[in-house]
Amino acid sequence: MTGIAIDKVSMVFTLPGGGEVHALHDVSLDIKEGEIVSVLGPSGCGKTTLLNIIAGFLAPTSGEVRLNHHTVTGPGSERGMVFQQGALFEWLTVSQNVAFGPNMAGKPKSETKEKVDHLLQTVGLQDFGEKPVYQLSGGMQQRVALARCLANDPDVILMDEPLGALDALTREKMQGLVLKLWKETGKTIILITHSVEEALFLGEKLIVMAPRPGRIEKIYELPFADEGMTKSPRDIKAGPDFVEKREEILSMIWEMEEEIMGQVGA
Amino acid sequence: MSEKREPSEAAIWLGLADNAFTRQKTVKFGDASAVNSGRFYSILIVCGLIMLWVLSSRLGLVKEFYWPTVGGTFDRIVLLVTEGFRNVSLWEHVGISVYRVLSGVLYGAVVGIPLGFAMGLSSTARGLFDPIVEFMRPIPPLALIPLIILWFGIDETAKIFLLFLASLFIMTIAARSGVSSVRISKVHAAYSLGASKMQILRHVILPNALPEIFTGLRTAMGVCWGTVVAAELVAADKGVGSMIMIAKNFLQTDTVVIGIIIIGIIGYIIEIFMRYLERWLIPWKGKG
Repeated sequence: MTGIAIDKVSMVFTLPGGGEVHALHDVSLDIKEGEIVSVLGPSGCGKTTLLNIIAGFLAPTSGEVRLNHHTVTGPGSERGMVFQQGALFEWLTVSQNVAFGPNMAGKPKSETKEKVDHLLQTVGLQDFGEKPVYQLSGGMQQRVALARCLANDPDVILMDEPLGALDALTREKMQGLVLKLWKETGKTIILITHSVEEALFLGEKLIVMAPRPGRIEKIYELPFADEGMTKSPRDIKAGPDFVEKREEILSMIWEMEEEIMGQVGA
Repeated sequence: MSEKREPSEAAIWLGLADNAFTRQKTVKFGDASAVNSGRFYSILIVCGLIMLWVLSSRLGLVKEFYWPTVGGTFDRIVLLVTEGFRNVSLWEHVGISVYRVLSGVLYGAVVGIPLGFAMGLSSTARGLFDPIVEFMRPIPPLALIPLIILWFGIDETAKIFLLFLASLFIMTIAARSGVSSVRISKVHAAYSLGASKMQILRHVILPNALPEIFTGLRTAMGVCWGTVVAAELVAADKGVGSMIMIAKNFLQTDTVVIGIIIIGIIGYIIEIFMRYLERWLIPWKGKG
């Protein structure tokens, strides 16, 4: 199948003073092409480690990740990343940031310019191309990060808490933008988040992970990402199905956190 | 209730009254932004010092051996500008000192920046050069003068080599810390966008290190300016430092004082120029 296959991935970190941390234990998951998957879990559940393995920044202790049947061995332009913040190049303008990937690949300037203009239009920054990125607000900077990622036309977009540093209102707006981009581009998206609401709203599939050792606890198939195109986000989030799922997952994560605290206390 | 009278704009400019915003603060002690310019007192102290100088010159309160008179200093400035000092024009004295500083910093940067980059990027380079850099760092460049005189004598090479050493370690350390300060998420982002190692070096690590390299340049300029004057005091026949040292031997206190003032002014101009250059070349500094 095309898509991402996470095959029995385990990650063990050896601590400097001896001892081991099992960041991931035997994690297997198939993600179909064009799927949007959100990953949720308490801190220490290994969700960022998992993303870094898919991105190719870390090699798993055992198991492997395959993208379209090719084993991932390092970072590559077919897997784009969007970070929480601070990953834009502050010495470049908005346009130059978006053009970074095509420029590195040596694409023709005129073709790149057209692409950049189109992407800035898509994320609503058409009037900000010549601005230095540090003059933009946090939400606008994340729009630049999304556009920069899309400019490379990756197969997969990996998002590491991309909206985590934004205020609540901007965050809701940006969730809408992520859904829109997913619908328009048909990219496979894996999104890590701390917010249960965001994970429910954006994930066709929602993976809940548990810590010690990091593992997949439960997988939900959700209708909300699809509905997001037609219904208003506020209506979806206030709907009975959504609220019920939200409470269920919240209490699941709450229990995990309690367990960790208990272990710390003991 | 009677209206409080607003202070005049002149009073605010002089720092005799706080501006409207500060006036509304109830907590002022400990709030650095509530301390106003105090310009009135700056003007007062400068005028007072000048008047004191004029007065002591008129009344002959201080011997010219200790401090020159106003008239004597003015005559000496005219003489220095028109005839120079010891057959060398004033501009040449100043020019040669500035030239030595600029060459020293240039050579220091040309060697130090690649060295710092290598140390920040490779374990081998770090291991090789770390003991040398860490050992040389705390040694004041002036302590090297005797050794350098033994090696090179007292010609131009000796002075520029000294300044090269003075700036080399500053530039190396600045470049190294610039490289180490790059956020890993920027490097990861660039790799995910398909950049090669060389492209990462050129398009991510280098621009990311530029602000710290520039801070290093500014520090190196300041240190080298101080070092060149001191080096010229020891061994030179041209340069501002040598000018005041020779003037001392002839008990020309006025030339000594003028030389000190010139040194101060040029040091200040260098600092202002570098700050201007920094704002122009690296506007993203501190915005990462």
